[in-house]
Amino acid sequence: MEDNMEGKTPEEKPAAGVAAEKPAPRPGPMPKKAGVGPRFVVSSSPHVHDGRTVSQIMRLVIIALAPAALYSIYIFGLDALRVLMISIASAMIFEAISQKIMKRPVALRDSSAVLTGLLLAMNLPSTSPWWLIVVGNFFAIVIAKQLYGGLGYNPFNPALVGRVVLLISFPVHMTARWVTASRFGTDAVTTATPLSRMKDSLATLGHIDIAFGRGEIFDLLIGNRAGCLGETSIVLLALGGLFLIWKRVISWRIPVMFIGAVWAMTGIFHLFDPAHYADPSFHVITGGLFIGAIFMATDYVTSPVTKKGILIFGAGCGVITVLIRLWGAYPEGVSFAILLMNATTPLIDRYTKPRVFGAVDTKKAAA
Amino acid sequence: MLTAVIALAALALLAAFGLAIAARVFAVPHNPKADEIEEVLPGANCGACALPGCAELAKRIAEVKADIDACPVGGESVAQAIAVIMGMEFEGGADREVALVLCKGSDQVAAKRFFYNGIYDCNSAALIFGGDKACTYGCLGLGTCAGVCPFGAIDMVPGGLAVVDPEKCTGCTKCVASCPKGIIRMVPASRKLHILCSSHDKGGVARKHCKVACIGCMKCVKAAPEGAITMDDFLAVVDYSFEIPAEVAAECPMNTIVVTGEAAGACEEPSAAAGGDA
Amino acid sequence: MGSGRFFGGIHPSYNKGLADSSAIVEMPLPERLVVFFAQNLGAPSQPVVKKGDEVKKGQVIAEAGGFVSTPVHAPTSGTIDSIGIYPSPVGVDAPAAVLTPDGKDEWFEGCSVERSSEGLDVGQIKEIIHDNGIVGMGGATFPTHVKLSPPAGKKMDLLVINGAECEPYLTADHRLMVEHAEGILDGAALFAAVIGVGRVVIAIEKNKPDAIEVMRKAVAGRQGFSVEAMGVIYPQGAEKQLIFALTKRKVPAGGLPMDVGVLVHNVGTALAAGEAVRYNRPLIQRVVTVTGSGIREPKNILARVGTRFEDLVKFCGGLEGDAAKCINGGPMMGVAQYSLDAAVTKGTSGLVILRQEEVAQFVSDACIRCARCLEACPMRLNPSALSIFIEKMRFEDANEYNVMDCIECGCCAYVCPSRRPMVHHFRRAKAEVRKLQRKTG
Repeated sequence: MEDNMEGKTPEEKPAAGVAAEKPAPRPGPMPKKAGVGPRFVVSSSPHVHDGRTVSQIMRLVIIALAPAALYSIYIFGLDALRVLMISIASAMIFEAISQKIMKRPVALRDSSAVLTGLLLAMNLPSTSPWWLIVVGNFFAIVIAKQLYGGLGYNPFNPALVGRVVLLISFPVHMTARWVTASRFGTDAVTTATPLSRMKDSLATLGHIDIAFGRGEIFDLLIGNRAGCLGETSIVLLALGGLFLIWKRVISWRIPVMFIGAVWAMTGIFHLFDPAHYADPSFHVITGGLFIGAIFMATDYVTSPVTKKGILIFGAGCGVITVLIRLWGAYPEGVSFAILLMNATTPLIDRYTKPRVFGAVDTKKAAA
Repeated sequence: MLTAVIALAALALLAAFGLAIAARVFAVPHNPKADEIEEVLPGANCGACALPGCAELAKRIAEVKADIDACPVGGESVAQAIAVIMGMEFEGGADREVALVLCKGSDQVAAKRFFYNGIYDCNSAALIFGGDKACTYGCLGLGTCAGVCPFGAIDMVPGGLAVVDPEKCTGCTKCVASCPKGIIRMVPASRKLHILCSSHDKGGVARKHCKVACIGCMKCVKAAPEGAITMDDFLAVVDYSFEIPAEVAAECPMNTIVVTGEAAGACEEPSAAAGGDA
Repeated sequence: MGSGRFFGGIHPSYNKGLADSSAIVEMPLPERLVVFFAQNLGAPSQPVVKKGDEVKKGQVIAEAGGFVSTPVHAPTSGTIDSIGIYPSPVGVDAPAAVLTPDGKDEWFEGCSVERSSEGLDVGQIKEIIHDNGIVGMGGATFPTHVKLSPPAGKKMDLLVINGAECEPYLTADHRLMVEHAEGILDGAALFAAVIGVGRVVIAIEKNKPDAIEVMRKAVAGRQGFSVEAMGVIYPQGAEKQLIFALTKRKVPAGGLPMDVGVLVHNVGTALAAGEAVRYNRPLIQRVVTVTGSGIREPKNILARVGTRFEDLVKFCGGLEGDAAKCINGGPMMGVAQYSLDAAVTKGTSGLVILRQEEVAQFVSDACIRCARCLEACPMRLNPSALSIFIEKMRFEDANEYNVMDCIECGCCAYVCPSRRPMVHHFRRAKAEVRKLQRKTG
């Protein structure tokens, strides 16, 4: 009896869940003497688990992003490495500080901050100054994520909020300082992205003037072009996506619907008016569509959970992207499209509630 | 430029017109007295009056469908103020009641049967063998009552035990309803001597489960005025209509009886010794 | 038939190899037995013995407490030592009789006497099944005679004998099928006769090839009987899912299998009912799989009802050092025990002991909306939204999202990366919704 009562050490207090409001008690260490004090852990069923954890999922996404990130260092040089490092470090620091201030358990180990930092970096030009990256991460982590309650409660994709804040507040840094891809950034020269060239030509010449031959397609696919760090190499991003689908981290639904909607919609316009509307393949393999469709729109927290809802979400992202690209003020619309669809996620979930197995058709029953 | 100004002005006029009509069409008849009463009600919308919110109660009082002292939270002063508004007399009601958790068994003194792993909520925990405490009557310590208290009057002391601050408690009884063990009782605020145990286990069993359990030794029953403390199935229960002298508390061999009022809460001694900071 | 698949489901590690090849062994009588009075779903049985009574094996010690209730019988002859509150394996502390066996193991008069079932009418058979305390032995312990009494007008055309045993670790039904195929089929034939169906399907998951083979041979000569090999997916053995996989019929939400003309009985129930009718033998023993990494020698044990878990564990060589969880039933739907003082009831299909490192611990992290639970839920619910509602005490919303249709199979919690105690949430919500419904009438 005595031993049993003194057994309450500080570690044995209910350990806090990573981001839960109410911590769940975890069983304490087993008593040293057999037969004294409680022996068994008691909980509701089920008593086994498949072993997957949130941090595992985050790490898998990071692994899937790694090839494209490394390639960005190859084509943009140390500048890219600098952007990546600053972004990840500042994301982690902001996460830790805000969790401390908000008296939440500091949960850097779940790797979600690393992922946000990485994703934001992938969405920045290699020429970004350090302060721009830090400001972006501040908005991503502190404003978009932690102020809403932390991982699981944020309505908008944090990395995209960071990117869009920067895009609107610092348009020059974000859209006008592109450099061409070259080996390790050795002979980079200032240039424009394919999408902005398209839009510029449309504005100045009255029709689109882009080179889109076999060589250009190859360059676009392997990522030999100007753009944000991570959006360039379509091939590596697609490989990452296939890896995630294989590992059952994401489903094919959002990427396929997103990219498919962009392709189909731009294809229809191109069919009717090729002088003003670019080839659908050009639209699909330029800009941030692939990284957006595979890595940003598929963010669990901010996308619907129902199967039907996911399809609607993906298609909606694609349609809004095309609307912005064709008629909006910005050359690229992927980020805005995803954020707008993020806002509709609760609504989509509500109206695509799955029908319970064996649901009685109320209309039929009434008739 | 001019067209824009005119267009906007027209739009504004149209909207204003629409609002004006809507205000007429959908107008809800108002009782000015109800507004006044709502002003003096506490405004916590706690539901202690069993109505959905203070506005509803104010309406009922104004329509004389509810008593002027129907707000248990506001107490005498609010009832007095409402009486003035309603032009009625308020005679003064019964003694103010506050909630009391009839358990003293924090983890430092009460044994556990198992390591509970689940939802941090008493009602959920009680679904599993009634909770992890060896004593099946005691406070589960997961703070469900503290969570529902609209006035922040319930503290969870280290070691998992709910303690009501009688100063902050307004007697809304929300915690009473929230407790799966049913061990929160409303007691007159003026009474200071309490027996903080709910265990009906026999003495030996109760003692094994908890160091501060009532073991049914009857010492307090004998020391107190006739009928003030009675035995109910191995548990001493206070009848609060009696005034019980504070010395009776010293009779208890298990330290189950406490006298509140001097300083802070009821369960200072054991938790301060073993609990440390939270 | 048989190749069908239901929606959702998971593929847990089955760990059936621990015990699936060890033959059923009868356990010697322990020193004392703890027999719970409430051993069936529905109304609890009413005790009819008191301290000091001498009872014979098979004598009624608690009578049925209503129509949806069954009597409980003494598992051996001996003395009622005391009546007290003990931890019942279903998760509550409940009254039980402590019986000290006298070692003679003498049957009560009239019990265990072979007789012919010829000439018995349907009502008599149901009465015998009731009198012998037969309940669903898959774990739900629903009184069998009630299941055999569908309301007039319900047309039944199929009897399913459930040998899916989809719960990981458990092998009790598996061994029963291998060793008592004929007895199971006799019981099934009896059920079929009572409800008047001509078609009987024995559904067995493909991970029990020996059981399938034995059963296939056994049904060979029987008219209308067949064996279906089912896909290996949890919860294949859940009634609604099993019926859908077999027939594509959907049991309506809130309905019963009989609404689609099907009756499902567990293999153990069929065997027990058959023996009850043939030998007038009450349900006083059952096969319990004692297994898991926390046990030295996993076994399939024929144990008396009332055998304390402590004695089962001892019979299996004892616990491994850091055994941390003791489960009555399988790890997906079983009930964790806090003490080995609990004892075998009619619904105890297994005792699974897990070691510290295998125990899945809930931490209640925030839902990250990964939607894995929606994919896993065989009832097509939205566990993610449900658990969030319930966390905020929004029980009406949970009801609107069909929490009452949850079968508590545990698939959602099994796949949840945030380790949320989903089933616990849903059990809470169901209790609250029932409270609300009672209030509103």
